Amino acid sequence: MEITQQDVEKVAQLARLAVSAAEKETFAKQLTQILGHVDTLSQYDTTGIEPTATVMGHVNVFREDLVRPSLSSEKALANAPEREVDGFVVPKILEER
Amino acid sequence: MSLHKLTLCELQKQFQAGEVTATEIVRAYFLRIGHVEPKVKAFVTQAKESAFMEAEVLDRKLKGWRKTLPLTGMPLAIKDNICTEGISTTCSSRMLQNFVPPHDATVIAKLRAQEYILLGKTNLDEFAMGSSTENSAFGPSRNPWNLHCVPGGSSGGSAAAVAAEECVAALGSDTGGSIRQPAAFCGVVGLKPTYGRVSRYGLVAFASSLDQIGPITRDVSDSAFLLQAIAGHDPMDSTSVDRPVPDYMKALQKRDLKTVKVGVPVEFFAEGLDLDVEQSVRAAIGELKQLGAEIKEIRLPRTDAAVAVYYVIATAEASSNLARFDGVKFGFRAKETKDLLDLYMKTRQEGFGPEVKRRIMLGTYVLSAGYYDAYYGKAQAVRTLVCQDFDAAFKEVDLIVTPATPTPAFKLGEKSEDPLQMYLSDIFTISVNLAGLPAIALPCGFSKEGLPIGLQLIGRAFEEETILRAAHAYEQSTQWHLKKPTIR
Repeated sequence: MEITQQDVEKVAQLARLAVSAAEKETFAKQLTQILGHVDTLSQYDTTGIEPTATVMGHVNVFREDLVRPSLSSEKALANAPEREVDGFVVPKILEER
Repeated sequence: MSLHKLTLCELQKQFQAGEVTATEIVRAYFLRIGHVEPKVKAFVTQAKESAFMEAEVLDRKLKGWRKTLPLTGMPLAIKDNICTEGISTTCSSRMLQNFVPPHDATVIAKLRAQEYILLGKTNLDEFAMGSSTENSAFGPSRNPWNLHCVPGGSSGGSAAAVAAEECVAALGSDTGGSIRQPAAFCGVVGLKPTYGRVSRYGLVAFASSLDQIGPITRDVSDSAFLLQAIAGHDPMDSTSVDRPVPDYMKALQKRDLKTVKVGVPVEFFAEGLDLDVEQSVRAAIGELKQLGAEIKEIRLPRTDAAVAVYYVIATAEASSNLARFDGVKFGFRAKETKDLLDLYMKTRQEGFGPEVKRRIMLGTYVLSAGYYDAYYGKAQAVRTLVCQDFDAAFKEVDLIVTPATPTPAFKLGEKSEDPLQMYLSDIFTISVNLAGLPAIALPCGFSKEGLPIGLQLIGRAFEEETILRAAHAYEQSTQWHLKKPTIR
């Protein structure tokens, strides 16, 4: 299947990834090529075959709801790109009315 | 003999006997790193200061009371996508260039509890996405056997560091062959444990249903020794499996392969297999027979599907896992952004390299509305078929032997412009991850150009002992693992 530059733009928006004009062109070409190879999977009949999400047959793993040691706020904030006192700084998301 | 020439088991014996101090070990290794690292470029970060400090503390403590643990004083290198508290963990990405983890990965906590010494963090393809380390934001590592060749990837730095004797052993991670392929390219031993055998907690996630941490070592005994230290259930990783960890060193005691049935899948000896690789692997199969193994031709008919299945599932999981890199709580943040959405989009554009972006795009596409069933659902169903192939094979044989890679190490730049060709070079390692099985790559010869060739042994789930035993028996009857590169 042909991936157009419009497809790339849409997917990039979903992935929250800004792409340049050059990237749009390259990705359209490369994704078309890679998905072309993926399309070879259609030769395998999978009617009635259960999908595999994980191989060890895990089911829900439960644990007791206990208080355990955790990161201090200082440690949690240590890698923040921008911080103010005890919080992460982000651009404003709510408009003032 | 120089300390850096010893294997982990040899060095450990000398250290335990008090014949060498931790400081002497660390000094010997940083001397070696000083000599060869400018050429090999295996490390992203060298932990020189902390290594000497830890060695000194150990030596002082041991002077008073000589009580040691299996890894006390052993100098290891760790792939830079495994979190080390207080030491930066970059994933070879601009996104995490300045990230210093606030906690240790479980495997690191285990090594630390055994008093290992961290020499440094090794280079990888950005976020473990690649087969050559050329996708590292900090430049590629080199193959110690030929500096114009790639060391393989994504754990190329770890494999190169072990081959160049810049550490006694290393940890890598393997999602589609990222331990075994670089081990094969660099002439060392790489083991991918069964999915769930080793905790993934603190391994920066790429594809969660495939990722597994494992040892990269100079020989098979070292592999068993290091696996022992990191294996086991971890409540912090809900996919780690709660079953007893066997004594892997004990599994090596049996030196013959009588009663072992070895399968040779015809699909792995098809078109595209390098002639030198085929000859070496066929000779190795002959050697396994000499050791008493019963050799049987088998079929894994869905082998051809593995690469396509992998690049749907791995990228889908990656696109979801890498959503966390948004420039808010840690990692890189783009400057001059106009609102929150712009902050996300620019941060990710500037923070990720081309291969990571390509995989995020591919993964997002195959999960998007309208394509989910056709791509992701289909790939998951074919994954079941790939697993069924292995299930059927393991009813007939105890282990499967294949080449680890279709060719020896390729040249830098040879495949970096063609992602699909690069992906297809993982064909022999990928299906093992899809089925969650354990597999080991070990040296079995050299090409005409003098590049190492790797043999792959695949076992049943949780039967690391069988592949270690067979690998060890083979290794002991050959000399390949004793050859060392001349770095020039």
